[in-house]
Amino acid sequence: MEAYVGYFLYFLSLLTVGGIYAIFALGLNVQWGFAGLFNVGIVGFAAVGAYTYALLTTAESTFHLGGFGLPLPIGMFVGMVMSAIVAGFIGLICIRLRADYLAIATIGIAEIIKLILKNEGQITNGPRGINKIPRAWEHFSEERFYTSWPMSWFGTPENWEAFFDTLPNWYWQPLFAATILLIMYIIYRMLERARTAPWGRMMTAIRENEPAARASGKDVTRRRIEAFVIGAAIMGLAGALFAQHLRLIEPTNTFDPAKVTFLTWVMLILGGSGNNRGAILGAFMIWTIWSASELVITGSIDLISNIFTSLDTSLLVSRAGFLRMMLIGILMQVILQRYPGGILPEVRPASPKANKKIAESTGETK
Amino acid sequence: MWEFVNYYFIPGLVLGCIYALGAIGITLTFGILRFANFAHGEIMMSGAYLTWTVMAIAAYAGLTLHPLVAMVPAAFMVIILFLATDRFFYKPFRKEDTIKAVMASFGMMLIIRSAVQVIWGPNQITFVRGIAKPNAALRDFTDGLGLQILMPNKHLFIFAGTIVLVVALGYLLNRTRIGKAMRAVSDSPDLAHVTGINVDKVINATWVVGGICATAAGVFLVMDTQMLETTMGFRMLLPMFAAAILGGIGKPYGAVAGGLIIGLAEELSAYPWIGDAPLLSPGYKTGVAFAIMVVMLIVRPQGLFKGRSF
Repeated sequence: MEAYVGYFLYFLSLLTVGGIYAIFALGLNVQWGFAGLFNVGIVGFAAVGAYTYALLTTAESTFHLGGFGLPLPIGMFVGMVMSAIVAGFIGLICIRLRADYLAIATIGIAEIIKLILKNEGQITNGPRGINKIPRAWEHFSEERFYTSWPMSWFGTPENWEAFFDTLPNWYWQPLFAATILLIMYIIYRMLERARTAPWGRMMTAIRENEPAARASGKDVTRRRIEAFVIGAAIMGLAGALFAQHLRLIEPTNTFDPAKVTFLTWVMLILGGSGNNRGAILGAFMIWTIWSASELVITGSIDLISNIFTSLDTSLLVSRAGFLRMMLIGILMQVILQRYPGGILPEVRPASPKANKKIAESTGETK
Repeated sequence: MWEFVNYYFIPGLVLGCIYALGAIGITLTFGILRFANFAHGEIMMSGAYLTWTVMAIAAYAGLTLHPLVAMVPAAFMVIILFLATDRFFYKPFRKEDTIKAVMASFGMMLIIRSAVQVIWGPNQITFVRGIAKPNAALRDFTDGLGLQILMPNKHLFIFAGTIVLVVALGYLLNRTRIGKAMRAVSDSPDLAHVTGINVDKVINATWVVGGICATAAGVFLVMDTQMLETTMGFRMLLPMFAAAILGGIGKPYGAVAGGLIIGLAEELSAYPWIGDAPLLSPGYKTGVAFAIMVVMLIVRPQGLFKGRSF
């Protein structure tokens, strides 16, 4: 029984992190898939969302600014807003220039954000990072939550303590995974709505043929900034969820461009850029491959060290992870060259009028 | 006064030389192949690692090679690496939208860095041991003139190497057939094609020039810091892009000027101009390059030397 619980929890953690990456990929899909904006600074927007969330929701601390102890949804929302503001700043400067400049500027802003996080020790606790970030559902069992409003209305602290003692210590994991999948689903539905709405069709037109879109009176720059800001806000939310999942964030290893920006790009390209379902599918696939390969690598290193007992495997242990990154990079190049559409290629939304006409001509009624 | 020159101005120039050499490759690729090559910093880094390997092999055979000598075979390997990445990863996208090539180069950045980490390991490697003492001859000479210039040998080598490379590049671009063809393709690819310039040859020449400059930049950087690490390519990337944009895309001399300005600005920003504290905390040096780039993109996207703006 215990073993099954372990497998179940592993599956849940796959869903949790896969879901967070899916939200990143959906955000990137708005920018790249819808509007053709090349953002390689995903990690920067994630860091803004994560740090905003962490500073607003942690308990008061002497190590960093505040620890304002605000409710969790407020922290997530403000994280989104902050990330959108940063994106707006970048967008206003670079969007009128060619895509390469936006790429350089986004990779730059991501580095600058990390520099600020590292150097402003009084606000962010510098390289040591912020810990004890409240995680949704698990936070109810923390003392400062069940002793304060609104939980204190429903029971005395003693009652709550006894209640949480009866629960298994992983009680929050299914709830947390479900919350993330729910958020992912809501964002997916909203983006699907946006994609088939006039706004989404206008984005496609701008991406495919900018002069024609401009000539028909569309405000190209404004639409692009909108897409960039919306995508960045989604990334900020994903960053806040990432902070919840990790509970300890610091600037260097948590927000490694290779693990956030690059993986998200591979996910979107594999799944199919421009297709929201593709983004989600790609995220879960790549994350499963990524995390399963870790098990395979550890297992095979164990095997090797058991067969060749005299061999020193510490070299293999320290370098296998980089080999995995290299293989993912090569996978990306192969998809880019051989299957540019991804697994689920983009489907253009037809305009409602066209649908109506088809329905009329075939005699169907909806 | 002399503290300013020795500890801020000269290191700034040294850093500027390194940025300049790196930015030459970036600006040429951007101008001629029309895409921002994100893998350039990693190629620099792998050039430095290859140089270290050549030196280590030579030391094993009982020879002590100077980095500048060991750089020559390493540069050949880097050129081959550049040409191979171009052949397998960038060439398939030449007829398509250039953003695909940017994506491919972004992927290459990760692949090359991971490959270096797999082969040489993720830890720092010491490049040259020992503390760099100021050059005694130069100190005595400048003392006689009433100046106090302290420069270690490594800085003198870096200056000399940069000057030689930039002069050679000037000769190549202005006097030779292939150099003129490179400038022509950079200015107008269609017109160049019509006049019968072999664009493929020009592209290969671009990678050769970029490879030599990138290797030199990487080796100079590790000569300066005396340390090899796998993140140094990525750290150099942003200042090099800033230098290329500042000088104007497709203008090699602009890139040199831009590199020197960025290098100086980064070092001088830490000088205590007002009061005793550094004007800007040294942790924010990279931010200076980014700030200059952002201002440039707002005010004058074509750069100081009227480069191409897309």
